[in-house]
Amino acid sequence: MKRMFCALFVLAGFAVTAPAVNAGVLDDVKNRGVLHCGVTQGLPGFSSPDDKGNWTGLDVDLCRAIAAAIFDDPNKIKYTPLTAKDRFTALQSGEIDVLSRNTTWTLSRDTSLGLNFAGINYYDGQGFMIRKDKKVASALELSGASICTQTGTTSELNVADYFRARNMKYEIVSFTTADETLKAYESGRCDTFTTDVSQLYAMRLKLGNPSDHTVLPEVISKEPLGPVVRHGDDQWFDVVKWVLFAMLNAEEMNITQKNIDEAVKSPNPEVKRLLGSEGNFGEQLGLTRDWVVRIVRHVGNYGESYDRNVGIGSKLGIERGLNRLWNKGGIQYAPPIR
Amino acid sequence: MKRPAAESKAAAPPRRGGSLAADPRFRAFVVQAILLIAIVWIGWTLFENIRQNLAAQKIASGFGFFGETAGFGISQTLIPYTEESTYGRAFFVGLVNTLIVSALAIVFATILGFAVGIARLSRNVLLARLAEAYVEVLRNLPLLFQILFWYLAVLGTLPGPRQSTPLLGAVYLTNRGIIFPKIGLEPGSGIVFGALGIGFLLALILRFLQRRQMLMGSERRSFGWLTLLLIVGLPALAFVLTGAPVSLKWPELRGFNFVGGARLNPELLALLFALSTYTASFIAEIVRAGVLAVPRGQTEAAFSLGLSRRTTLRRVVAPQAMRLIVPPLTSQYLNITKNSSLAAAIGYPDFFYVFAGTTLNQTGQAIEIIAITMAVYLAISLATAIFMNWYNRAIALKGA
Ligand SMILES: N[C@@H](CCC(=O)N[C@@H](CS)C(=O)NCC(=O)O)C(=O)O
Repeated sequence: MKRMFCALFVLAGFAVTAPAVNAGVLDDVKNRGVLHCGVTQGLPGFSSPDDKGNWTGLDVDLCRAIAAAIFDDPNKIKYTPLTAKDRFTALQSGEIDVLSRNTTWTLSRDTSLGLNFAGINYYDGQGFMIRKDKKVASALELSGASICTQTGTTSELNVADYFRARNMKYEIVSFTTADETLKAYESGRCDTFTTDVSQLYAMRLKLGNPSDHTVLPEVISKEPLGPVVRHGDDQWFDVVKWVLFAMLNAEEMNITQKNIDEAVKSPNPEVKRLLGSEGNFGEQLGLTRDWVVRIVRHVGNYGESYDRNVGIGSKLGIERGLNRLWNKGGIQYAPPIR
Repeated sequence: MKRPAAESKAAAPPRRGGSLAADPRFRAFVVQAILLIAIVWIGWTLFENIRQNLAAQKIASGFGFFGETAGFGISQTLIPYTEESTYGRAFFVGLVNTLIVSALAIVFATILGFAVGIARLSRNVLLARLAEAYVEVLRNLPLLFQILFWYLAVLGTLPGPRQSTPLLGAVYLTNRGIIFPKIGLEPGSGIVFGALGIGFLLALILRFLQRRQMLMGSERRSFGWLTLLLIVGLPALAFVLTGAPVSLKWPELRGFNFVGGARLNPELLALLFALSTYTASFIAEIVRAGVLAVPRGQTEAAFSLGLSRRTTLRRVVAPQAMRLIVPPLTSQYLNITKNSSLAAAIGYPDFFYVFAGTTLNQTGQAIEIIAITMAVYLAISLATAIFMNWYNRAIALKGA
């Protein structure tokens, strides 16, 4: 019933707010002094709280970067943990300003859900995790299997497509929260757990004995994950979009948390534009000229955030792969700042 | 000094031929009319705001989604459903799942609740204490906890399909649920069901005749055996004559799971166990209260008329107790339906989960879906209440 209240909240939100209220999220955030950021209920590497309630992760870093750009303080954030199922309702109702929660960009979410995807901060794909002792080497051997997944996800739809297209039988058992799904998988209710591959690695860390489980080689879908905002506020949409681009551009120009103080003095015109000593790009966004300096100083560039949270410097240890920059063999590519 | 004047006027006999504004009935009418206009106006403003806000954010609205392909699988489908079916069909799959678990839970909770309630009144101290312990434990633990307990701690610890050994040769208790041979109906089985129907009908007619005889004061004859013969014997005869038109499909382990047999999912079982045992603890108290509320004098009077203990209970105490039991029992039945929406916690695809959960998330049409969901639960609850109120009237004291 708690979920019902969430949805009722939207109803109430739509009913009592004046139609024009959606303009000006940036001003709202500035006046409020705190950014409302929607995250998962705990997904290591992407958004998870430590025992002191501090949130970390790749998705969290994006929110921290937005807060840093606005307030010069990455901690002025109120995090709202959301299940896959409730996340869009929370965004539509205005409970959060931005959803940064490993969310796949799809056409229907972009259109009929009334949302805008501000970019892609992680290129992912869906996979399967299975106990090693089941001796399965490929997803094609999964015919007849029971499969656990989380409801309200693209995973739930992709798995149906995959088995339908191959005429394979399966039983889907879907749960509301990640923990429920994992418990059911661990208890043996299901043979396999399916979701985006990065999340499989993250969830595997939460299992009793992670090395008993393996991720099958097949990647059955495209899962471009990124931050989401509501329709109807182009300025805010631009802010979120360019904060992500700024982190990518900073990596491309080798500007890091360590060298930011020297980089500010760089004579390179591209760097000067990025860091605000030339042009007024930050102001065009409704931010300050030094917005990127703030981001890099407090959070770091995209590569630093990646390594720290999901890459080799983290417990997950996921290869950069597709998420390398375009000039390093990946497909992460940000438009120029000029 | 207006107020005291008004008060004294209220106390005075109504003035005849005074102004309209002084007429209390007219004033009441005006106040109500204003209230009505205000409510309509607020309602309309809210509705209009919703419409404009949705349009401003370009969020889809309307009910067209009912005809679109759902694309997701559902683990328990009692009506035909595939991923290619529509959201409209998913709606009914969820609805049937809610109705089935609620109906079964109502039956089991009632049986168990009456048994425990009566046991609490038993003169056998051990039995009464056990029943008391049952009530106190079950009704004091949160229902969600009990559902999770059954699901994770009981059913979740059963062996996997490959490790399980059959009970009675063909019933497997596994962490995928209870798997048992499926009874397949072959041609000719219709005749057996037909015979069963006719048997019931004849038995009913027999009972009706018997009652009439009793009321007319003629001698009471027992038709018990004949009734049994009609209900059991007739279909059994048909079964033999049509050459046993059923087949047993045995479950066999193939790959990850059993195929061939029938299965009760652990989600259904856990929800059903939890709802039934939890609600039974409340029903037990209602039953106990109902029985205790029948005045002792009634029992004593019955005894002094020479009625046996059994007859006294059946013919004197029970009918009066039922009148007290039925109204609160109705509330418990309503609670069962509503509590069944906790199914989401263990992935049982009930109506709330499939429709207000998955469908809402995939289509994003929160407002339509929540409105329909509320209407559906209201309809189920009202239907239950109407039935129970009818039953309540049927057993009420007539002509009082
Ligand atoms: N990328 C997919 C799946 C996202 C998703 O929610 N995945 C689950 C898989 S475990 C998750 O992150 N859950 C974490 C939580 O609910 O806290 C989507 O956008 O639909």
